[in-house]
Amino acid sequence: MKKSSQNDADLYRKMLRIRLFEERLLEMFPSGQIYGTTHTYIGQEANAVGVLATSQAGDVVVSNHRCHGHFLAYGGSMQALAAELLGRETGICGGRGGSQHIKWENFFANGILGGTVPIAVGMAFAEAAKKGNALVYTFIGDGTLGEGVVYEAINMASLWRLPLFFVVENNRYAQSTPVELNLAGDICARFEAFGISTLAHEADDVLEIMRLAQDISNSIRAGEGPHALILHTYRFAPHSKGDDTRDPDEIARYRARDPLKAAAARVQQAVKGEIEKSVAAEVDEAYACAENDPFPAAETLTPPLDELA
Amino acid sequence: MTTVREALNESLQACLRESPEVYFLGEDILDPYGGAFKLAAGLSTQFPDRVITTPVSEAGIVGVGIGMALRGLRPVVEIMFGDFVTLAADQLINHAAKIRWMSGDAARIPLVVRTPMGGGRGYGPTHSQTLEKHFLGAPGLRVVAVSDLDDPGALLHHAVFDDNDPVLLVEHKLLYPSTILALDNAEAYDIERQGNGYPGYFIKLRGSPETRLTMVAYGYMATLARDAMRSLAIEKEIFSELIVPTQLSPFKLDFLCQRASQTRHVLVIEEGTQTMGWGAEVSAGLHEAVSSNLRVGRVAALDMPIPAAARIEAQVLPSVERIKDMALELAV
Repeated sequence: MKKSSQNDADLYRKMLRIRLFEERLLEMFPSGQIYGTTHTYIGQEANAVGVLATSQAGDVVVSNHRCHGHFLAYGGSMQALAAELLGRETGICGGRGGSQHIKWENFFANGILGGTVPIAVGMAFAEAAKKGNALVYTFIGDGTLGEGVVYEAINMASLWRLPLFFVVENNRYAQSTPVELNLAGDICARFEAFGISTLAHEADDVLEIMRLAQDISNSIRAGEGPHALILHTYRFAPHSKGDDTRDPDEIARYRARDPLKAAAARVQQAVKGEIEKSVAAEVDEAYACAENDPFPAAETLTPPLDELA
Repeated sequence: MTTVREALNESLQACLRESPEVYFLGEDILDPYGGAFKLAAGLSTQFPDRVITTPVSEAGIVGVGIGMALRGLRPVVEIMFGDFVTLAADQLINHAAKIRWMSGDAARIPLVVRTPMGGGRGYGPTHSQTLEKHFLGAPGLRVVAVSDLDDPGALLHHAVFDDNDPVLLVEHKLLYPSTILALDNAEAYDIERQGNGYPGYFIKLRGSPETRLTMVAYGYMATLARDAMRSLAIEKEIFSELIVPTQLSPFKLDFLCQRASQTRHVLVIEEGTQTMGWGAEVSAGLHEAVSSNLRVGRVAALDMPIPAAARIEAQVLPSVERIKDMALELAV
């Protein structure tokens, strides 16, 4: 076994934080402690962790309904996320947003598929206008490629050569529908048709994802316009909670290539043990604290518009 | 004599001049074309870096505006025809109107989407509509309508600089060539402005005796209502008053209720289709607030698409004659 580097340990820790947080979340649903819905990222952790390892202060991340992994990889608070999911006043958005609508610092998630993409284009326009060095990372899935507004947005992103990093996580299913039944043609060709430099990758190694993402983000920061990274991936858990109609053998085949295992294998046994213990404790504490937090008071329901003179 | 078009164009110029954060985006807005209704004339020549011509992507460009606003700019997005605003409905309702609130007020969206609505030009069923009714009452979205009164440019300026929430600014296309009626030179009318940013206007005929009918109308319908008011006085000796709001949503009923409890007769006039529209909401609110002895009538477009041919288009849309007829029915 190779000597484990600090980087390997960090990547493993970041992925494990997402995995254990989400596994606990799914365990909690049947008990009725969680109201509403969720979309877990289990199996896809290497994507967010690898890509966002290249982000810098001031960058923007635009995410979607499956946003918990992106949020934790961005550096969001696990405790505030748990509180949001448990509908507490201490949640990221005070319980207004819930699982799919998270805004913290420069992180924006919305559960409406595709509609986030032109907004990301506008953000990148503004960042470019400031003549800074910021990037806008935009995560979408294969299902979102069915939304027409995505193509309006990538057209403008390319036309105006904006600093946008499109990440398409092709987890091969749009909710329950396999990609073969809803997507014609080629995913890369969609971006390439608009003149966007695009790379596709079988995403089971976080280090490799990070390396590719680093090259891409360097190019974008050097002023080479938007780029797309297509990550062929797989979610191990249901689309939402109990709605899995996929072939269990297929899930088992992908589980055998679990990116978390590959990341763990690069970390020394003793370090790995320490990471697992501390992440498990962090998850315990995040949910325990959130459970003790107050529900939002009725007074927090303030009007959505300013009263103007 | 300034027209509404000139006032809005000058206001856009002033906004772009006053702040480098202001951007103007839309389809076909570059000189020498200057936009389908010429509201953008001269802007791209003066501000080439901040006047952005866009692809034909209404949802996309409203989304771009939202993104710009979230990152500290103050964008104005033009939708060429109000009919096309349905294409941007997701952006307005699920994004612009919600991002602030659902983030726990951690984000602000100072975005203005302005668009020409309305018929009377023979453009047919998909280029003549008054569609703002579908956006009224969407929590988190303000809807404002321009009229030919006072200072339409100031409304736009207020929306751009003083309002940190998203605004859908509705401009009736027949108003563009209209001369503005200034408050201090308002022909036969006495006009009182109420409020500042998005004011309402209270109009009476100069020297009018006590009024027995309150009309309420916005946009181009306020112009028709004014004509009807004068004609009713001269021809029928029926004296009425007119309230012209600019902020349609959220809508404040207070002053209208106050007047309604005096005149006891209210006529609500809108160019949108009658069923489930602005007038229905105003009427319901009035009946809730003014409990007894109140008659409310409505004038609106017929509940059908707007035909292209002039003769039948005029049948579908409200007119001065229909306003007068309904006023007589109510107040006689």
